[in-house]
Amino acid sequence: METRTGMEASIAIAEAVCLCDADIVAAYPITPQTHIVEHLSELVADGKLHANFVPVESEHSAMSVCCGTSAVGARTYTATASQGLALMHEILFIAPALRLPIVMSVANRSLSGPISIWNDHSDVMAERDIGWVQIFAENAQQALDLTIWAFRLAEDRRVSLPVMVNFDGFILSHTIEPVLMPDKETVQAYLPPFEPLLRLDVDAPVSMGPVGIPDIYTETHHVQQVLLTDAYGPIVETLDAFGKHFGREYKPVETYRADDAEVLLLTMGALGETAMEAVDLRRERGQKVGLLRLRLWRPFPFEDLYRAVGRRPVLGVMDRAISYGGPYGPVASEIKAAFYHREQRPRVVEFVAGLGGRDVPISDFDTMFDALFDTLETGRVPEPRLVGLRE
Amino acid sequence: MHEVRFHGRGGQGAVTSAELLAQAAIDEGKSAQAFPSFGPERRGAPVMAFARVADRPIRNRTVIQEPTAVLVLDPALPGLVKVDDGLVADGVVILNTSRSADEVRKDFGIVAKLALVDANRIAREVIGRVITNTTMLGALVRAVGLVEASSLEKQFESRFGRLAAKNIQAFQRAQQEVVLVDAV
Repeated sequence: METRTGMEASIAIAEAVCLCDADIVAAYPITPQTHIVEHLSELVADGKLHANFVPVESEHSAMSVCCGTSAVGARTYTATASQGLALMHEILFIAPALRLPIVMSVANRSLSGPISIWNDHSDVMAERDIGWVQIFAENAQQALDLTIWAFRLAEDRRVSLPVMVNFDGFILSHTIEPVLMPDKETVQAYLPPFEPLLRLDVDAPVSMGPVGIPDIYTETHHVQQVLLTDAYGPIVETLDAFGKHFGREYKPVETYRADDAEVLLLTMGALGETAMEAVDLRRERGQKVGLLRLRLWRPFPFEDLYRAVGRRPVLGVMDRAISYGGPYGPVASEIKAAFYHREQRPRVVEFVAGLGGRDVPISDFDTMFDALFDTLETGRVPEPRLVGLRE
Repeated sequence: MHEVRFHGRGGQGAVTSAELLAQAAIDEGKSAQAFPSFGPERRGAPVMAFARVADRPIRNRTVIQEPTAVLVLDPALPGLVKVDDGLVADGVVILNTSRSADEVRKDFGIVAKLALVDANRIAREVIGRVITNTTMLGALVRAVGLVEASSLEKQFESRFGRLAAKNIQAFQRAQQEVVLVDAV
């Protein structure tokens, strides 16, 4: 049973956390994540979610509480954005090292300065190497679905790692759109009770978080690398199980009209949907453009990417953040690195768009497609460019 | 696809109007989006909100630049903001005003199709407060359809509880009193 209703992605996520029976919500409100936290505190106050809601004094404390409660075996959830995610930074590394299956929503937002509350991917890109599973939603339905999935994957004992579900601030967090809300029984049938791998228990003591002397630190990091890389199998498996159970399919890399495309554009997050509209308009004009949507960011889905790109000679990458003074687009630099040793590799054209809430209209996608066709004809790869920049 | 831009001042309920329209459309089985102009909201400052309504899933996530209808909650705003900016050729401007169509054209330079209603007067008389968003949705229903009046009334009931009855009354009066005027 599912109910079709109109709601913000933020409310849909909070309802998903409620359907998943989280034991602990420890969060600090920050724009544009605020509606999740507000709605969860209402659900707890109304007795609909039997969780401890911990109104912490900062995001640093939020993630610290999450580590503690997850370590004693509580199903633990938090949400943040931007400066809040940045304030969690040092604790974010602790959670995967301790194998703590925390689920966190990030309503992606730019970082200061200048002060900006608006949407881009600067926050998540700055946390690339924290050792969490990181996935992106493109609409409210996906934000809801991937929240439910995140608990299942995180708590899978082969994985037992924290999961970050990224969804674009404002563009999704503050937009009302249709959502299919599953019922509790359906969610419970997909998400078994949390049976932690290890837990802090006075009757069966274990140590969590001891010092890693040089004699062991290297090996612990090897284990983290192997664990996160090997999480790929369970990720695909649990996404497939989600598709069978709920009727909505998700893959690490998804495509749109890509099969016969001459040029491809890769996006992450909600602007992939606007990009689909732009692709349709180009197709109406007989131009073979296609889209790749990178859903799974960590572990990076190398093989899916290779399969999706195939023998296509030109791949555009639209970043939503800048790696200053370095390789420019953080996603594009990873894509290029992924193809470096491959015989068959596309020319990669880099774009950055939609920084700090700048609207990305269809005409900006046209600019990108034009550049891709230009590279297809001339073989020349232009310098990375900031689409929509006023000069 | 219909794209509606709502103009109001912070606190007048422009965002709520957009949400009510989208929710009503979604409950009718249509696709719809509603979103505010993202930013720091200040009471009294000009604000915008947006709604899209369509029969197929909506994927466009850009700001609405070429609305098919514009709804203005505050009678003074057309003098301050170019409310018909980007309006499509056969689009309609729905104004809360006590001015005549001739005065609206002369004072604000709007040539588009008009839907005029004195929502301040209706809201004052029926609701007892000059909160005009539900009243103006009555004018919208007459001007562009998009959703059934009954669908919006259901939204008022679920959202406003005991205040719903008066809002529905003002909403219905606006449907009767709105004046539709062709473009020049």
